[in-house]
Amino acid sequence: MTSPPPTARFARTPLVATRERHERVAKWVFFAMSVSLIVPLVAIVAYLLIRAAPSLSWEFLLDLPRKGMREGGIWPAFVGTLYLVGMSLAVATPIGVLAAIYLHEYARDNWLNRLIHLAVINLAGVPSIVHALFGLGAFVYAARFGYSILSASLTLAIMTLPVIIASTREALASVPKEFREACWNVGASRWQTIRRVVLPNSISGILTGVILQVSRAAGETAPIMFTGAVFFKAVTRGDLFPYGLDDQCMALSMHLYTVSTQVPNVKESIPYATAVVLLGSVLMVNAAAIALRVWLRNRKRW
Amino acid sequence: MSERSKTIEVEDLRLSYAGREVLHGISFDVFRHEILAVIGPAQSGKSSLLRCLNRTIDFVADAAVSGSVRIEGEDVRKVRDVFALRRRIGMVSPLPVGLPLSIYDNVAFAPRSAGMKNRAELDALVERCLRLAALWDEVKDRLTSLGTALSGGQQQRLTIARALSHQPEVLCLDEFSIAIDPVTTMRIEDVLKELRNDITIVLVTNLVQQARRLADRTMFLWKGEIVELDRTEVMFSDRPAERRTFEYVRGIFG
Repeated sequence: MTSPPPTARFARTPLVATRERHERVAKWVFFAMSVSLIVPLVAIVAYLLIRAAPSLSWEFLLDLPRKGMREGGIWPAFVGTLYLVGMSLAVATPIGVLAAIYLHEYARDNWLNRLIHLAVINLAGVPSIVHALFGLGAFVYAARFGYSILSASLTLAIMTLPVIIASTREALASVPKEFREACWNVGASRWQTIRRVVLPNSISGILTGVILQVSRAAGETAPIMFTGAVFFKAVTRGDLFPYGLDDQCMALSMHLYTVSTQVPNVKESIPYATAVVLLGSVLMVNAAAIALRVWLRNRKRW
Repeated sequence: MSERSKTIEVEDLRLSYAGREVLHGISFDVFRHEILAVIGPAQSGKSSLLRCLNRTIDFVADAAVSGSVRIEGEDVRKVRDVFALRRRIGMVSPLPVGLPLSIYDNVAFAPRSAGMKNRAELDALVERCLRLAALWDEVKDRLTSLGTALSGGQQQRLTIARALSHQPEVLCLDEFSIAIDPVTTMRIEDVLKELRNDITIVLVTNLVQQARRLADRTMFLWKGEIVELDRTEVMFSDRPAERRTFEYVRGIFG
């Protein structure tokens, strides 16, 4: 008669009570942490929007800065940022993604590969001001591109490249090795395996890595300041192609710095409005990327 | 069973991973159109042996192979076109891996990789392979749905269909039945017996009774060495040449 009566078997012992309390506390702590992530984001966005409100309009986006930056809009800076980000990613994405595919799918695990891996990781950690100096020496002077959109974009490309390589490797590594072996077992070549199985299942991760670099490239000031971004450049209002590759350009990040610190008596809402446009365009790119990923994920099937 | 032509000839095959030798110079032949079972406890080198046959061992970074493996007289270690070599050998791995493609594409993957484009030919081939793997009736109405969404046992049969899809001369099965229910296992075993008329089968199995049911000859591999290789009746009789064989097949060993 050692077994407890059936009713007592599910009774609430002190041990159970303690465990339930721990469970509740843990859950609330984790929940609080998650919520605390949202608070600063909402606060920043709200604060910016409120301060920027007097200036925000289509007119602000499309117009040129006037009266020595004290009034008017930000069109040249906005287009300049589009140029810089677009061109740097157009250079860095193919090189970065293809290099990562080579490193992860083809290269054998030897000292050279490990050295490259190490170099990539360390490059990703180099401060942007150092990239700026490198870009100045390599592109502006050595390659004689001068202070230009070309130099600035290439500098940004060098800066984003290692991160794209690293994130693409991660995305490729997330495809189970068994899939590759199954393909090799039936006589598919490496490229067929990559093309038919690995890439379709890692493309969303690869894209995420690339898109994250949009915000990084758009936000950096130092590299472009050294290599091609200028204080002011007059263009036609609303013109989508005002710059040539060898022109200097304005950029949002640089413009924000200028109007915040270099120009006295700027209308108070202009820096905030500039920040809103910068933030807004980055968020819009991110949203587009998420939409693309959702679409790709729906096609992905595992 | 006197002089028969040999499909696979393995001679003094040694394999080591990062200096640790796992196959200690084994030699054996596989005759054409026979089923050779390879039995032995875990870690005895059975799966590694299969990887040497189709050279997927190349993908293991620190593996070193010596000795020779010949398939139809051709040394696999000197083959230029390994992809063509792998197409000659069907490989079924122990854990079913459906590729993240549709059921149809899973089976059509290998022939497409090899360049087959004709839709009607592909259709016929896919149906034939799925029928052979005893899967056709279950999936014929949903060939476009995901291969990875099938149950474990169905995925395993899908891998068998895939292994047959490139019309191999040799079929290697590594523990094909661990994810399949007994009834399906029996159906596939019947299929294998029929396939023997056309291709040569190497069957790695932990189930000694499966070896007994299917194999013409059985090889007992233990710690990277062949303990005994003989006709299955002999291996399972009261007096195989080696006492260890006798004990292992009766489950007394080690």
